Amino acid sequence: MSNTHSDTVRFVRETMLTEQAPPITAAGPVGWARANLFDGWFNSALTIISLVLIYMVLAAILPWVISPTWNAGSLTECREILVAAGSVGEHGASGACWGVIRERWLQLLFGFYPSELYWRPILAFLLTGAALAPVLFSGASRKLFYVTAAIPFVMPWLLWGGTIWGPISIAVGFVIGFFANRYLSDVFGSLGGIIAGVALALIWWLFLSGSVADVLSGIIPIGIEPVASRDFGGFMLSITIGLVAIGLSLPLGIVLALGRQSDLLIVKAICVGFIEFIRGVPLITLLFVASTLLNIFLPPGTNFDIILRVLIMVTLFAAAYMAEVIRGGLAALPRGQYEGADSLGLDYWQSQRLIIMPQALKISIPGIVSTFIGVFKDTTLVSIIGLLDPLGLSNGIRADTNWNGIVWELYGFIALLFFVFCFSMSRYSMYLERKLKTTN
Amino acid sequence: MTTVTDPPKAAFRLSMLIYDTRYRSMTIQVIALIGFMLLAAFIINNTIQNLANLGKEPDFGFLSEPAGYDINQRLIEYTSQSTHLRAAFVGLLNTLVVAVLGCITATVLGVIIGVLRLSSNWLVARIMTVYVEMFRNVPVLLWIVFIMAILIETLPAPRAFRGDDPEATMKLFDTVAVTNRGVYIPEPLFSRGLGDFSVFGAFEVSWDLLAIIAVLVAGFWAARRVKLNADATQEATGVRPTTWHMRLALMFGPVLFLLVALGFHLGYPELKGFNFAGGTHMRNSLIALWLALSLYTAAFIAEIVRAGIMAISKGQSEAAFALGLRPNRTMNLVILPQALRVIIPPLISNYLNLTKNSSLAIAVGYMDITGTLGGITLNQTGRELETLLLLMLVYLIISLSISAVMNWYNNSVKLVER
Repeated sequence: MSNTHSDTVRFVRETMLTEQAPPITAAGPVGWARANLFDGWFNSALTIISLVLIYMVLAAILPWVISPTWNAGSLTECREILVAAGSVGEHGASGACWGVIRERWLQLLFGFYPSELYWRPILAFLLTGAALAPVLFSGASRKLFYVTAAIPFVMPWLLWGGTIWGPISIAVGFVIGFFANRYLSDVFGSLGGIIAGVALALIWWLFLSGSVADVLSGIIPIGIEPVASRDFGGFMLSITIGLVAIGLSLPLGIVLALGRQSDLLIVKAICVGFIEFIRGVPLITLLFVASTLLNIFLPPGTNFDIILRVLIMVTLFAAAYMAEVIRGGLAALPRGQYEGADSLGLDYWQSQRLIIMPQALKISIPGIVSTFIGVFKDTTLVSIIGLLDPLGLSNGIRADTNWNGIVWELYGFIALLFFVFCFSMSRYSMYLERKLKTTN
Repeated sequence: MTTVTDPPKAAFRLSMLIYDTRYRSMTIQVIALIGFMLLAAFIINNTIQNLANLGKEPDFGFLSEPAGYDINQRLIEYTSQSTHLRAAFVGLLNTLVVAVLGCITATVLGVIIGVLRLSSNWLVARIMTVYVEMFRNVPVLLWIVFIMAILIETLPAPRAFRGDDPEATMKLFDTVAVTNRGVYIPEPLFSRGLGDFSVFGAFEVSWDLLAIIAVLVAGFWAARRVKLNADATQEATGVRPTTWHMRLALMFGPVLFLLVALGFHLGYPELKGFNFAGGTHMRNSLIALWLALSLYTAAFIAEIVRAGIMAISKGQSEAAFALGLRPNRTMNLVILPQALRVIIPPLISNYLNLTKNSSLAIAVGYMDITGTLGGITLNQTGRELETLLLLMLVYLIISLSISAVMNWYNNSVKLVER
């Protein structure tokens, strides 16, 4: 039966044809260019316009950047060097004047911090990097968490200097609170334990720690040279404010978000009022409050550091935004997760800690990181109330007779510094999103 | 037979305030309320004491005193003899001007960039990515002072326009002068204008402007009626009458007629002595702020637009094509209504951010409300508490009204779920 049709079938191919290479116009660079750049007349026109644009920008920027003015001491000297080198454009000498960066880069980085103490902020930020590593990358050594625990006390000490007993006595408050919570919660229950821990720690900080630190520093004077806040400046100041605000705003934001989602009417009202108020006003008005009003809100005679006041306001500001981002994450969780936690018999804090928060925070990673980036960028606003961050310093440099009229080099440098930090933060958030993605 | 009975009601004991979940929430709330009130009382008490020590009892009387300073950009009548309140109002108007200008420009730019970022053209998409990353990752305050510095340092001074062979010339057929003191553009003038009328005796409003707006609104309303009529005809007969010429005429005809009737013409800037006269002077501070805010916000809007379009699945457009809709109508009837639901809420919150960022005007000396009320008035009167409270209140009102609009919109486009 199998050969019934053998007479009618004239031709049956028995071997496969050898594979042909795709036509030259559909593969390789040419094919790619045809598909992505010259796909129809409109796209071709766009491509050509873009190429012309890129050429114009590069032709303007590259010769300008490659400019032999690294050693110039003033703008006039720059122009002389450029004229001598023959790079003269239509408006006189053209080319960047990098002398200003060479002369002022340390100031732009550290402000007026004493130059013999530069190792301290550098060490502080390196340690902070080590402290952040186990939080940011799961591959890092777990032992670095000890650094993470110590950094809130070590970093301010390294930056501001002074006696070592101040940070230590503040750290002792946390230890007291921790142990009180641990041992007293057996007696008073979990809520009672938390309250007792917080109360004991507060008592220590408010009434005892100051005098204990004074006594100890009298007996064993260990300390490093103190640096006044008015000497802080440059990019160091931006990073300090940014790091502290970022570090404190996340826990505060979580608390505020939980308060806003809570069933307790009064707690909810307080949280909503706080969040909406802070989000409704620009940061600059809060900084005005920090610079003029915060002392008025505190007991008469209190006068504390301007950087600390700014830190408080920036942290509160960031926390309100953070709370909204986290609330979005909480709202996006399916109702079943809350009910599942309840049916397992977990209490409120256990279910938050073990079930709700890990998922909610994961959902809100992009929002959290973009809030971080926003806070870091907003640290430039402190220049308006007179702190010398890079922008504040740039005014002084541009007012200097040597560098009067300098624009692109200076602001380009500052912009580059900020860009590097913000861009790496956003790339990190993308990496984290990919890593934590559990669906296909 | 067993009967189900309620468990015996336990008598209320004090420990139930902590251990019984029915009462514990009350306990926590009462504690929170007491704590909050204690904190508020602490702050208010301190403030009163401190202000009494400084001899500055809270008093808003300074608002009616003469301000004593000039504001270079003013939309309503203002002299240095006007009150602080009026200065604040001038500042508020300036804030709104730059906010509205910025929102419009940022939206146009942002939509173009966001769409181009999705372009199939590799090169264009990359360029737009570079734009977005460049502007998103650098502080807006830096952009503002940067653009301000560029305007001042690189543009020609007005005296460069003088002489027989000037170094600089006016742009756009001699109608626009771009100088380092600002940009001078033609101003609209009316030779047969209707004059002004005063509102509450406080500020003047031009009848011409009101008349133009009224006629424009009426024209658009009439054009819309024609369109609805055409829709109804199409529903009933299946044939759509051609109406576009009629609608165009209704929209713009009456306004053109009114402009001719009012004697509309442009007043061009002219070089008089060492500076330009005539035309509308847009100061560097306004331009720097406007440009920086719109370029910066455009980067964010581009991302929002991109995310919104990407959120609409490809299946939607394919289904629309399968129904025989043309690409144009697919966009209008299928993609946009769905994408807008995703785009509009974050878009409005970006408008809000732009408005709040406009307070950075103080860095370039643009006299917005932060510059007048929170800047010079604060420094001259020394009334930090009162001025900052007022300033925050103004921004709160702006923010809350924008979010009210957003909530209203969200509710109106919300998916109806069963």
